[in-house]
Amino acid sequence: MTALLEVTDVRKYFPVGRRRLFGGPSPSLRAVDGVSLEVERGETLGLVGETGCGKSTLARCMTRLHDLTSGRVTFDGTDISTLSRGELRPLRREMQVMFQDPYGSLNPRRRVGSIIGDPFAIHGVAEGEERKRQVQALMELVGLNPEHFNRFPAEFSGGQRQRIGIARALALKPKLVVCDEPVSALDVSIQAQIINLLAELQEQLGLTYVFITHDLSVVRHVSDRIAVMYLGKIVEIADVDGLHEHTRHPYTRALLSAAPSADPDALTGRERVVLRGDLPSPAAPPSGCRFHPRCPKARDRCLTDDPELIPRLDDGPEHRAACHFPLADGELLTLSRPAIDDVAPDLSFDPAAAEEGTTA
Amino acid sequence: MTIDVGRRDAGGPEDGLAVPAATELAGESRIEGRSPWQLAWERLRRDRVAVVSLVVIVLILLLALGAPLVAAAVGHGPDEQFRDIGLTPQGLPKAPSRTFLLGTDDLGRDLLVRIVYGSRISLLVGVVSTLLAVAVGVLVGVVAGYLGGLVDTVLARLIDLVLSVPFLLAGIAIVSISGPSLTVTVVVIAFFAWSSIARIVRGQVLSIREREYVEAARSLGASDWRIMVVDVLPNVLAPVIVYTTLLIPSSIVAESTLSFLGLGVPPPTPTWGGMLDSSLGYYRFAWWYLLFPGLALLVTTLAFNLFGDGVRDAFDPRTDRLFAAESTTAPVDE
Repeated sequence: MTALLEVTDVRKYFPVGRRRLFGGPSPSLRAVDGVSLEVERGETLGLVGETGCGKSTLARCMTRLHDLTSGRVTFDGTDISTLSRGELRPLRREMQVMFQDPYGSLNPRRRVGSIIGDPFAIHGVAEGEERKRQVQALMELVGLNPEHFNRFPAEFSGGQRQRIGIARALALKPKLVVCDEPVSALDVSIQAQIINLLAELQEQLGLTYVFITHDLSVVRHVSDRIAVMYLGKIVEIADVDGLHEHTRHPYTRALLSAAPSADPDALTGRERVVLRGDLPSPAAPPSGCRFHPRCPKARDRCLTDDPELIPRLDDGPEHRAACHFPLADGELLTLSRPAIDDVAPDLSFDPAAAEEGTTA
Repeated sequence: MTIDVGRRDAGGPEDGLAVPAATELAGESRIEGRSPWQLAWERLRRDRVAVVSLVVIVLILLLALGAPLVAAAVGHGPDEQFRDIGLTPQGLPKAPSRTFLLGTDDLGRDLLVRIVYGSRISLLVGVVSTLLAVAVGVLVGVVAGYLGGLVDTVLARLIDLVLSVPFLLAGIAIVSISGPSLTVTVVVIAFFAWSSIARIVRGQVLSIREREYVEAARSLGASDWRIMVVDVLPNVLAPVIVYTTLLIPSSIVAESTLSFLGLGVPPPTPTWGGMLDSSLGYYRFAWWYLLFPGLALLVTTLAFNLFGDGVRDAFDPRTDRLFAAESTTAPVDE
């Protein structure tokens, strides 16, 4: 069986600044710049990366909330990248988006019952009493009191609102749910509830998730596979264990080392990498490998050659990394010194800094 | 959170455990979710100035509706000329008396009856042209703001264009071409009023369309029209209602202005602006002729304006000064 969702070389550029009146192409921001991945039925694909790396844009491209600049998205065997809004409509039942902000994603002027009933109304599925019955069943499914049908979003807590968002997303029993940071606006205690709810629902309804987050502990908990994004590109993609145990890309290593752990023993032996410098602007991405200005392993080749996302070292085809000089198992990143002069990421591995980093 | 006693509208079996707060209160009560509209109405009801203005508006409305009754009670028709008893021997208007409670005009007509009938024109033109302007303005504003792009560019420039046309000059020009009539008056006033509403609405929609709930609706497959009507419109309605209540008095004034210039509803239909116009030649002998139509206009526009202020305060909780001041002096009966 083919993958549920196939993304092939998708690019999304946003024009920035004013369009010039006469001629001249406007400068563009490369939010997503050549991403290919596939999502298998029933799995959860985690998508991680820093703020501004293009995760959310990619999610909106996958679901065609954005038009693509180029590339192709195939959902359930249908190429959706060029469909019109009308042609897309029946497919909207099959793929849903869950949004980050439980406050912003619910219309404050409408009652919860009618918000959750929206999918039914839009697709003309159930009317009147039948719709109300189904909405209340959904509310029960996601752990809300069905009696609160007539309330307004403002009367619910953040966690409850996210449950409303889940109920709305699941109303038409979609195949794919793209969760755009569904828990990052919630308290940690509530996060666990929502994540567990999502996991239960996945089992019950056979859902496929694309789970976007910048929280590595969350993504490790929920995902089968993880894709790491940096500046609009995927730098490494692998199953959860492979990514953690055989990290190939220096950026992935840095990201993983920044994740907090509940187990202090796990932290003591772990390498602590503190990246220097800021995320470069996606409007003017660095040449060659986009990570090279911040990479401790950067060589001359990284300045000019953009590495492909392919299996590195002795990895299987499922584990791909975009790095010319991938980390071998057990190699310490902090011992590397960049061989190029114009960029000198000042990396150190002194225990004090590491300590600071973990507590901060 | 507010508690409404004795109201219920949620269906399904009552589950006392599910709503713990309800069990603490006597039997029938339950916690009731209130819409922003209900909250605004609550605030409006506690605003004394607004309530008084509303009462005045309702009275004027009743007078307008019951104008024939007033005419019957007094025994004078609105266009009836009493050249014998309604004019002084010199042919001048007569001062207020028992026969003519507010005096007569230069043709010996009963001023009271004419003012009451004049309120019909004022309210009719004020309300109809405002509704027309609001309908067009909201439509243009929502469409321009939501669709954006070329549509927005064209509509926004159109709004700017209309806003830059001087009302009186263009109004005079239009009326002198088409000839004065009730319809022309309404259309002219509406034509110059919709653009400011459209501009306000467009600005609001520009921010609303970026909200996540609009994106959520789009991801559900909602059509543009559905999003505009279901998700965008309710969120711009508050400023629209506020602006509507403030636009009515300015439309009334605009109607009076046109009538005053002889470009409004043509005589002999009584209009306040027309009465003010014809009173100008007599104000040195007949103060009532100028005063009473002027007062009618003043009271009406003042009532609408004060009510509009109240509505604005009610919809914008940040302007809560009124209740802060009130609660220290008198207990609020709620």
